Amino acid sequence: MPFKLLETRGLAAFYGDFQALFGVDFQIEPGETIAVIGSNGAGKSTFLKSLVGLVRTKAETVSFDGQAIWGKPAYRIIAQGISLVPEGRRLFPSLTVEENLSIGAYSRRKGPWNLDALYTVFPVLKEKRKLPGTALSGGQQQMAALGRALMANPKLLLCDEISLGLAPIVIREIYEQLEKITSNETTVILVEQDVKQAMAVADRVYCFREGRVVLEGRPSDLGREQITKAYFGV
Amino acid sequence: MDLAAALLDGVLLGGLYALFAAGLSLIFGVMRLVNIAHGDLILLSAFVALTVTSCFSIHPLFSLFLVVPLMAVLGYALQRAVFNRTLGNDILPPLLVSFGLSVFLQNALLQIFRADSQRLHAGPLETWHLDLPFGITMGALPFLMFIVAVLVIGGLQLLLYRTGLGRALRSVSDDGEIAQVMGINNAHLYGVAMAISLAIVSVAGVFLGIRANFDPSIGPTRLIFAFEAIIIGGLGDLWGTLVGGVILGVAQTLGARINPGYQILAGHLVFLAILTVRPQGFFPRTR
Ligand SMILES: Nc1ncnc2c1ncn2[C@@H]1O[C@H](COP(=O)(O)OP(=O)(O)O)[C@@H](O)[C@H]1O
Ligand SMILES: [Mg+2]
Repeated sequence: MPFKLLETRGLAAFYGDFQALFGVDFQIEPGETIAVIGSNGAGKSTFLKSLVGLVRTKAETVSFDGQAIWGKPAYRIIAQGISLVPEGRRLFPSLTVEENLSIGAYSRRKGPWNLDALYTVFPVLKEKRKLPGTALSGGQQQMAALGRALMANPKLLLCDEISLGLAPIVIREIYEQLEKITSNETTVILVEQDVKQAMAVADRVYCFREGRVVLEGRPSDLGREQITKAYFGV
Repeated sequence: MDLAAALLDGVLLGGLYALFAAGLSLIFGVMRLVNIAHGDLILLSAFVALTVTSCFSIHPLFSLFLVVPLMAVLGYALQRAVFNRTLGNDILPPLLVSFGLSVFLQNALLQIFRADSQRLHAGPLETWHLDLPFGITMGALPFLMFIVAVLVIGGLQLLLYRTGLGRALRSVSDDGEIAQVMGINNAHLYGVAMAISLAIVSVAGVFLGIRANFDPSIGPTRLIFAFEAIIIGGLGDLWGTLVGGVILGVAQTLGARINPGYQILAGHLVFLAILTVRPQGFFPRTR
């Protein structure tokens, strides 16, 4: 059996009394890119947040890189090599662009990413490094959020709807960069509402509906009808 | 030139008020905690300094070498053991707990040190003064207080805007959830912020004790002065807090010149006037 970089079994997540995830079984191998699709409120963001310890969860196992991470505080999980590009980018408004990037390296993990490497990939961020993060355009903010996550030199990169609210041409640019970036060893989970976009980049797809995984497979093996049915539940 | 002398006194007194306020402002900025016990913590450090100076018979300024680390450690412990448990989306629990701490501290100090007025004796420092032109004299102690306030605020500003720790503190202040995803241990960072706050508080407490008599009951008034300085200055800006302290100090000394009984009242009136005309303060943080 191939080594699983991340594996969850029976993962459930809660906001107070409200249960948002039910028995999620999920696996990803090193180097894979996985797309998580599903309609609004399906639990995609909650799934990513569960992995980094931002929501209360129950699970049989959540293991990452051979270690149990269930119940660990977020900062320990991050230090082990998971990074999140959060939904809505969430740059720190009172930090400059460069400070936003630098704070990504807080856990001091070693690896290829540093400010110079990022500025080579995203020259526009270097140009605007002294500005507050909020002075950037939507696409540039997304680059900064992506860069901030990369600064932690993650083994597993979680991206939550990086195309949301961006112009198609900007989306294409970001995805091109992302593909280059992840052609090395980084493993990626992409949450994406744009099913076509997701299918184009992913090795495998998980479809969530109402907090459950309702479909899983390789894009080439999944029929259009099958996906539509899983997505909308009709 | 009486008026000029009073103005100068007020400006220098503002330094002390800025010292009262800086730690309070830091804590509010980092964790949205309104620490009602801040004034009583100032008093606590004055009493700790009193104990240290009488135990080792040292100068109160030297006692800072002991009082500052002691209070910083206490701050860290207090944050981790008490305040961190109350922080969340609701700002009421931390407010209530800090109010409880305030009551507790006042009563504990009253039990241990009684209600008698105390003083930290600083020897000749209390009377040294500089003769300025036009017959104005400037006391060495108020001058020192002001310089220390400028240094503390400048230091805090450097810490916040030029160091990794400061960057982390500002990011936690912006967005605590995402700060965790950067690998920041918020609970620890809050502890560090409270440690810094109480380190500043101890400097304020020692100067308070040298400058005038103190007893366990005067904490809440110092808290009010700190609030007023912060709000006049514009929430969140440290240099603004210094300006706020100076405005408050000047108002008080001028009020006292009209009638000694008007000192505190004049400060509050100016505060209210500014609140009416410019409720956002003079240097509001722009987001
Ligand atoms: N902070 C929260 N508090 C309470 N309920 C939440 C919170 N965040 C999300 N939810 C609920 O959890 C469910 C899943 O949400 P989410 O994971 O954000 O969905 P998605 O990312 O797939 O759009 C939804 O029903 C949503 O209303
Ligand atoms: Mg979402």
